[in-house]
Amino acid sequence: MASLPDITSVPDSHGHFGPYGGRFVPETLMTALLDLEREYETARQDPAFQKELDYLLREFVGRPTPLYLAERLTRELGGAKIYLKREDLLHTGAHKINNAIGQILLARRMGKKRVIAETGAGQHGVATATVAARFGFECVIYMGAIDMERQALNVARMRFLGAKVVPVTAGQATLKEAVNEAMRDWVTNVRHTHYILGTAYGAHPYPMMVRDFHRVIGVEARRQILEHEGRLPDLLVACVGGGSNAIGLFHAFLEDKGVRMTGVEAGGRGIVRGEHAARFQGGRLGVLQGAKTWLLANADGQIELTHSVSAGLDYAAVGPEHSFLKDAGRAEYTYATDDEALAAFHKLSSIEGIIPALETSHAVAEAMKVAPSMNSDQIIVVNLSGRGDKDVSQVMELEKDLPA
Amino acid sequence: MTRIDSLFARLKTEGRAAMVAYITGGDPTLAASAKISVALEHAGVDILELGIPFSDPLADGATIQAAAGRALASGASVSGILELIREIRKTCEIPIVLFAYLNPVYTYGFSKFQADARAAGADGILLLDLPPSEANQNKELASLSGLQTIRLIAPTTPADRLKEITDVAEGFIYYVSREGVTGEQSSLSTDIADRVAAIRALTQVPVAVGFGISNPDQAATVAALADGVVVGSAIVRKIGEIGDAPDLPEKIADFVRPIAEAVHGVKR
Repeated sequence: MASLPDITSVPDSHGHFGPYGGRFVPETLMTALLDLEREYETARQDPAFQKELDYLLREFVGRPTPLYLAERLTRELGGAKIYLKREDLLHTGAHKINNAIGQILLARRMGKKRVIAETGAGQHGVATATVAARFGFECVIYMGAIDMERQALNVARMRFLGAKVVPVTAGQATLKEAVNEAMRDWVTNVRHTHYILGTAYGAHPYPMMVRDFHRVIGVEARRQILEHEGRLPDLLVACVGGGSNAIGLFHAFLEDKGVRMTGVEAGGRGIVRGEHAARFQGGRLGVLQGAKTWLLANADGQIELTHSVSAGLDYAAVGPEHSFLKDAGRAEYTYATDDEALAAFHKLSSIEGIIPALETSHAVAEAMKVAPSMNSDQIIVVNLSGRGDKDVSQVMELEKDLPA
Repeated sequence: MTRIDSLFARLKTEGRAAMVAYITGGDPTLAASAKISVALEHAGVDILELGIPFSDPLADGATIQAAAGRALASGASVSGILELIREIRKTCEIPIVLFAYLNPVYTYGFSKFQADARAAGADGILLLDLPPSEANQNKELASLSGLQTIRLIAPTTPADRLKEITDVAEGFIYYVSREGVTGEQSSLSTDIADRVAAIRALTQVPVAVGFGISNPDQAATVAALADGVVVGSAIVRKIGEIGDAPDLPEKIADFVRPIAEAVHGVKR
């Protein structure tokens, strides 16, 4: 195998992260992707664009977010200090809006009138509906019918924000099918529609662009930990569905050799075919929805069913930069099961007064696993990527038969 | 000369366009697909486009998506499709173009697939989500000599990439006549003639037009403008409606015959 490129130099001009990523789309989408890439390249060198983005991130989105020492959790686990990067405190309740606000500014620059998005847990859908309302765009959100059931609150929020939420009933009726449907819409309405893809996935330039819009998470966290502790953390932990919050935290630390990074995939009911969404456990290399990366497919190349208690991690492929960082040995990937995530959900809620999203709970679960075996002078930063309000009714339903 | 090239050469001397029919392999079963394919040839089809079913066909509309679902449910696999080609080739000599998403082919083994498909009797392949730029940059995805690679051109394809695609085109070019996914349309785009002319200005490779053509009138209109007319979703919808019945091949042939006659009736 050829040696990998430098970890901070990816992707190349064609969107390749080493052997991963790229632009595997039908010709019908190619022009839209090339236009988007060009516009993004111009915008990011435009001080006026950056100035407006900074203003909106500060005054509308609510940045910077705190880096908060979870004292009681730290004490109870009796090991490393655990800091939480509080993306859950952002407007709309998750990191997703960092990217949505960036992309809506691009859509406006490109003269588009309509935006569409896919959503799993509904957080990206809410973020997109929010920025569409703020900037006066028509907005259509594609969401798996199953996800609409388990995330009914977010469906209502999107509708209040003026978005049309379209249920997708094909296949497994979750995030992957919502992406297919959004891409079909985009192909059909490409001249006046921008697709605000919600994770660090898909065809170039999305994985790079979405990462860049979330990079602020790690930039802030790095500065904040130096302020609080006078040193860098030993370990970063984030959950990985497509992988946007994780890459947003990790990217600013890539050159800090002493900082380890762990991405946490959804282990579902355990690593058994069809029962999880941990692509690095039993997955294979393949091409799906625009990118070459690790994914869950059968021996015939058909994409397999996935399961996770969290809609946002319930996806068959992982963002190409994560596949790359894994190969490069720069980040490690593990998983937390549904039960572990639920336990972490309750733990953080009850001893820190912070209800995390079920997606985020996977990262908390990993921190709870590893902190006790670390020293008290070591530091973990967990990306608290979203809040759990949306998950309250689902958790109640899951636990309705348990003793109070 | 390949089957595809000799077909278009012959049609040129005859002054008519090619009737290209799409079905999803294994819909409703591999055995039925074999019989439908043979019946299509007898109904006047010149080129068979055979879809390899994929779980996530994002360039296809609801009709072909449903067909892929039926095919996968009946157990159609990549090796099953290769077997289907061998079965068709026992009695049928029309060119077969595979219509596929990359992942099943990639998982099978990209070069092994091309060799095996060639040996089974396939002539061309259209990989929907493998653009020329990626094929050029991934050694493992570089095209082999086994099959002719059919390329898509879209209404949104700008001049620079039109050139990039026509430079590597072989067999025929598939011009997608409208923005969107596969599916039937009540009216055709008005700029097909201009776009086909723009392609012809760059290449001698024949141009087939598809996406949305569903009846003899539309087929005749397109046959006057292009070297081939592709009908897909309309046939696939019929297959779905009729289901796995003994007279399915005959009924599909009856449906396609007037469209093929309309295509062949246009003197060029």
